[in-house]
Amino acid sequence: MMPENRFSTSPLDPLTRRSDGENVQTRQLVCFTIGDQTYGIEIRTVREIRAWSATTSLPNAPDFVRGVTNLRGTVVPILDLRARFGHGQTEPTKAHVVIVVAIESRVVGILVDTVSDILTVAETEIRPVPEIGGAAAQEYLDGLITQGDQMIALVAADRIVAPVLVH
Amino acid sequence: MDELDELKQAFFEEAEEQLSDLEAQLAALAESPADAASLNGAFRSVHSIKGGATLVGFARIADFAHAVESLLHRMRSQQLAVDTAVVALLLGSRDLLHDLVRAASTGADLADGAEAIFVRQIDSYAGRPILSQNPAPSPQRLVRLQLMPAADYLARGGDPRRLFAELRRHGALSVVVDTSALPPLEALDPGAMHLRWTMALETAATVAQLRDVFAAQARADEYEIVDCGSPAAAAPDSSIAVSSADVQVSAAVVDPDAAEPPPAKGDKDMSAVSPSERDTAAIAVEDAIAPIVSSIRVDLDRMDKLVNLVGELVISQAMLAEQLHALPTGQFPQLARGIEELSRHARDLQEGVMAMRAQPVQSLFSRVPRLLRELSQHTGKRLQLVSSGEDTEIDKTVIEHLHDPITHMIRNAVDHGIELPEARVTRGKPPVGTIRLVARQAGGRIIIEIADDGRGIDRDRLRARAVEAGLIAQDRQMSEEETDNLIFLPGLSTAAAVSSISGRGVGMDIVRRNIQRLGGRVMIRSTPGQGAAFYMSLPLTLAVLDGMVIRVGGETYIVPLANVVESLRPLAKDVHTLVGGGDVLSVRGEYVPLAHIGGMFGVSGAVRDPTDGLVMLVETDDGGRIGLVVDEIVGQQQVVIKSLETNYRAISGVAGATILGNGRVALIVDVSGLRARMGGQAYAPMAEAGARAQREQR
Repeated sequence: MMPENRFSTSPLDPLTRRSDGENVQTRQLVCFTIGDQTYGIEIRTVREIRAWSATTSLPNAPDFVRGVTNLRGTVVPILDLRARFGHGQTEPTKAHVVIVVAIESRVVGILVDTVSDILTVAETEIRPVPEIGGAAAQEYLDGLITQGDQMIALVAADRIVAPVLVH
Repeated sequence: MDELDELKQAFFEEAEEQLSDLEAQLAALAESPADAASLNGAFRSVHSIKGGATLVGFARIADFAHAVESLLHRMRSQQLAVDTAVVALLLGSRDLLHDLVRAASTGADLADGAEAIFVRQIDSYAGRPILSQNPAPSPQRLVRLQLMPAADYLARGGDPRRLFAELRRHGALSVVVDTSALPPLEALDPGAMHLRWTMALETAATVAQLRDVFAAQARADEYEIVDCGSPAAAAPDSSIAVSSADVQVSAAVVDPDAAEPPPAKGDKDMSAVSPSERDTAAIAVEDAIAPIVSSIRVDLDRMDKLVNLVGELVISQAMLAEQLHALPTGQFPQLARGIEELSRHARDLQEGVMAMRAQPVQSLFSRVPRLLRELSQHTGKRLQLVSSGEDTEIDKTVIEHLHDPITHMIRNAVDHGIELPEARVTRGKPPVGTIRLVARQAGGRIIIEIADDGRGIDRDRLRARAVEAGLIAQDRQMSEEETDNLIFLPGLSTAAAVSSISGRGVGMDIVRRNIQRLGGRVMIRSTPGQGAAFYMSLPLTLAVLDGMVIRVGGETYIVPLANVVESLRPLAKDVHTLVGGGDVLSVRGEYVPLAHIGGMFGVSGAVRDPTDGLVMLVETDDGGRIGLVVDEIVGQQQVVIKSLETNYRAISGVAGATILGNGRVALIVDVSGLRARMGGQAYAPMAEAGARAQREQR
């Protein structure tokens, strides 16, 4: 699937009336943290958010695949996003959170530390990811957003999840 | 979906069914050309397709169906003898009809004039063009029948209902019972027959045919047949109507189109003018003749949803049952009873739902006679089919996926197994080769056997080819059975044994893989000079599996019960480590390679020394054995199979997943995949090729 052009005007995007009276395209993001960094993920891909529960490990899976879990009768793989970003495996506790996303027809859980907020941002507030630090940032992120004094990295859910869908 | 689309959808579904029926009827007709029931059935199928196609506006299908119907009609009215050539033409027409329906359903376009060649042939039978011709219609004759059984009729095994059923196959029957001879209740002998019946049959059958029906069921003095000729609405064309006085209707006397009502006066081209009206009327008559089957059509998706839901129900129930065990025993007797009852109902429900998906293997077997006819024509070999167990039921999906493997195995048996008639005779065999097709249920599985009485497998040649292809080592010791099963290796049946018949780019390796994908197994047994037999063992359903629950380290796995041979606690003296690190276990003098699941699946905390745990001996699909080193056997359980590929991808050595009573996911071990992963096996190349092909398929 082609990554969605973040400046596109989708009819599903809510319109927000700005103070100067102009309509702008906005996006809703679910914000979550891994360590000190806050990330955002497009709310439309999110199915539900649940607490971490033990998984069944899968043979010969990459380190960021924590195994599979039972989501109301469906077998769903759980991705450790920290490990996916190459920062080592998460030591999950009951306080950790799994964001269940639907990408194409697949349902995948993403393990993160906490979910912090739901945010509405205007498309124009989303800045492109600068080309530094190799390809990783470009590959995992769709853009950067500034909120107050913190930076929120918009993760590209489809590209994050892609490796588990490869056959 | 608008109304027309719905109608079209219904037409496609119905047409598929009718075409499949048609094939079976034509196959039966080829077997016994005098079988009026098959001919009538075939006519009905084509007629229904024509009617349906007209209704939804598929003129092309309707026109062609009409031509085929006309041909069948001529046969039915005995203007045309049933022979191999005409049956072959009908089978070919059926295929084209099928193509036409498929094309209409996919919106694809079939080349214009695809029908022309068939229509020309059909016309050649008719002596004049049929498509433009208006089949001269005439009503059916009315025959009055009387059954006056003697008092001992029932004692002789007579059953009027059977007779009525027989007669109904010949036409619309109305029956009036005469109770006047019934004695008062106190004098009634319940074993004696006191009733008489008067019947009116609207039929195309000759009096001789009807007499045959009666003769099988009653003595000559117990019935009477009076041919009343055309009913009141006499046909306009009297030259072909049967005179009412003519009781001795001979086969030469024409009784054309029994099913079609008289046309409107001056209506010369029926297929162009108000076809729907005419067809509706015709269908009504046909429906009266057709046996009533009470069934409903259910969308497969809905069905699968139901199957899945029931699977969930069974899991929930298992969870409840497990929770119950955590409670102090005897404290909640009502709850325990309730849960027990729930589990029984859930099981019954599951079985019921599975049964709904089950279909008799008849639909698979019915295509075989035709295949044999084709093969016989191509090879000059004479063939006969002996089949049994057609009623054996199996999951619809399994049936659908079995068609190609069975076709291939039969081609293989005819091409490589059965000899030419002369060769057979010189070997002291009957000139006609026999293909035996047997289905039976054995435990929770279905066994399908395809056997031939041909020359069997040439083991030396097969072995030499396998060595040549680098699939086995030159000096490898193999049992006869192992050698025979080499034919399932890739590159053996495809490369060297290509012929116009079995060499169609599908090897036995593909056949095997397709069957394995269904959770089935296939093997071959051969006796040189006497023939070979393929045995397929298939699960009754794809949705559930009987499994052994095992524990390895902190993980729980399911091993399909079908693979399990035995479990044992090995002694240290029986476990040997080979050069290179592989462990083998000596079991009654045989060395079985050990699979450390813990190590292979990367599970921490699993036992390393087999003597600390258990070894579960399992059989792989190629008949080989391996020993699984496990910590503990937890128990036996029926599990609902969940695909890992829905949200993840396939994992070698894992057949799928299931959800246990505690809500956790457990992986189902794929024993053959494990063995392939262990490497160093004769069959490893096959597994790799299989995995490669699987990847390519996606």
